[in-house]
Amino acid sequence: MSDPVNHSRRRFLEKSAAVGAVTIAPGILLHQVASAKPDEQAVSSTVRWGMLINTTKCEQGCTDCIDACNTEHGLVGNNRPESDTQYIRKVTLRDKQTGHELSLPLMCQHCETAPCVDVCPTGASFKRKDGIALVDKHICIGCRYCMMACPFKARSFVHEEVRNQTLSAPRGKGTVESCTMCVHRVDKDQIPACVEACGKGKHEAMVFGDLNDPNSEISKELEKHGGKQIRADLQLNTGVRYQGI
Amino acid sequence: MINRILRITLILTGFVLLLPATGSAETPLPVIHEPEGEGVKCVEPEDVMRRDHMNFILHQRDETMHEGIRTSKYSFAECINCHVQPDDKGNIADVDSEDHFCNGCHEYAAVTIDCFECHADRPQKFIKREGKSASLQHELQQMPTSSEDMGGASK
Repeated sequence: MSDPVNHSRRRFLEKSAAVGAVTIAPGILLHQVASAKPDEQAVSSTVRWGMLINTTKCEQGCTDCIDACNTEHGLVGNNRPESDTQYIRKVTLRDKQTGHELSLPLMCQHCETAPCVDVCPTGASFKRKDGIALVDKHICIGCRYCMMACPFKARSFVHEEVRNQTLSAPRGKGTVESCTMCVHRVDKDQIPACVEACGKGKHEAMVFGDLNDPNSEISKELEKHGGKQIRADLQLNTGVRYQGI
Repeated sequence: MINRILRITLILTGFVLLLPATGSAETPLPVIHEPEGEGVKCVEPEDVMRRDHMNFILHQRDETMHEGIRTSKYSFAECINCHVQPDDKGNIADVDSEDHFCNGCHEYAAVTIDCFECHADRPQKFIKREGKSASLQHELQQMPTSSEDMGGASK
């Protein structure tokens, strides 16, 4: 890989983080470094990755997150909006009584009890132990049951041959795909491309982190200000939460 | 007797005529482009790789996909990074071409590979980046701006 992981450095950082957790004032934990996963280690359910989106900071008409996602995954449309792949959609909501409008990015909600996983006949649609919902395209037969089962319309089907894929995001004709929460980046201790782009664009409407870690930024923010699930009535326990809706 | 001699002569003539023909029709062996650089070695000896590369990749595939194990030893991306390099003119052979490292042998052995229906056939730095999708932009502009409740979000 072009960016090899320096394990001795990583171990050093893990140790420093542990020491830091004791010596730095309580509440300032270097949790992101402490949760670093060596390449050879399998993901575990001690972590549950999630995202928190503050809709009051999300600007209408801004497509920074979508653009970053498209670049990261090499998503190129064929000028057929009805069928072109979308991992993230910007949705505008308008309250008819007050006229108040808000804009939010909608992607795979990485449900704990994911309907897409329930209906998949081959096991291609699955949940990683750390809560990320994925499609194993090696065994996906393209039946699209998951697309019908998803209450968020988060999945897309690849109708046409794909060329010039990025090396870290393989995708091809005849399979279903959706937001992977940038699993290839998360495994390298990086944050998803959309969250990074939102931060770079100075909106900072998206926070990514470990929902199981009470000291992570996302958990603290959720504890302080709360966060709603879209279609909470379905009791899916989504990994993506929204504020301001 | 004369018939027999005639038959043998005919057969022998046939063989003599056929010999040069079969020689020239033989399929040439695939040209294997070795990775450049001194001391660059594959993760396993050549004969092991020739026989078992598909098993290594398959095993790694499931571990990476389902368990997030991303060691580089049998990584498919690493195969591509090392083995697919530009020629003297700076061109990278397409996966359909016999000059592509994988396809060279697979074409010769008549074994179809499905890997590249999804995976990139060249290292990341040689992948052409295209601009943002025009159709996505189009849809954004067309997006309806009214919905009564969050149910509308799943529209």
